Amino acid sequence: MDEMDMEEGGAVKKFMFVNRKAPYGTIYALEGLEVVLISAAFDQDVSLAFCDDGVYELKKGQDTKGIGVKNFSPTYRALEGYDIEKLYVEKESLEARGLTEDDLLVDVQVLSSAELGAMMAEQDVVISF
Amino acid sequence: MKLGIMVSEGPYTHQAADTAYNFAKAALEKGHEIYRVFFYHDGVNNGTGYTTPPQDDRNIVNRWSELAQQHNLDLVVCVAAAQRRGIVDADEQKRHGKSGNNLAPGFRISGLGQLVEAGIQCDRLVTFGD
Repeated sequence: MDEMDMEEGGAVKKFMFVNRKAPYGTIYALEGLEVVLISAAFDQDVSLAFCDDGVYELKKGQDTKGIGVKNFSPTYRALEGYDIEKLYVEKESLEARGLTEDDLLVDVQVLSSAELGAMMAEQDVVISF
Repeated sequence: MKLGIMVSEGPYTHQAADTAYNFAKAALEKGHEIYRVFFYHDGVNNGTGYTTPPQDDRNIVNRWSELAQQHNLDLVVCVAAAQRRGIVDADEQKRHGKSGNNLAPGFRISGLGQLVEAGIQCDRLVTFGD
């Protein structure tokens, strides 16, 4: 894949994965994270955005015993090891849910809705889950 | 324009499956190239040949198969999402010891890398879902 890109001009595209859903209740967050992990193998410029109920995906202290579903939140901590370090969280979504940056299990950059929108506008590929 | 399409929702349950098909058909009629259609989440259910809707309704799965045959489309069903939802081809049937296989004609099963690759190779990746 790398060689093919270089042959075609070496362009690296900006990919943003937008996470909008709560971690449990539907499978979107889990399957979205699977795409993010695969994308790391393609040497693209990858970032993640979290907004709406998607901010809950990063909430510390997730305990899924009661619903019998695997707690996959530790995987977000592993993203750094995949060189995926650009994580943006929408400020308004955090505030609406009574959360602050301290409630999150990874280091993120908190952006206003307008700032996040501007960031999205710069992307080549936006995939939302 | 070279287009990639991602379908994230299942047939009949969600309009996205119809809209993606109508978009693909219209794009081809306008002379655009469709590099790949990638089916993910419940969208993989667009690729099960066991689908048997009432006769007076559209057959969403057959529609994709026919479009693929007419235009040599690459219809890719995500392997992990498909396995969760019980969609297997003949190879997967053998590997997992299942009683049948149900991947519809014109579809193939492959990995998520095919979605990322479509994002890299296409001028636009257009997604259909919630």
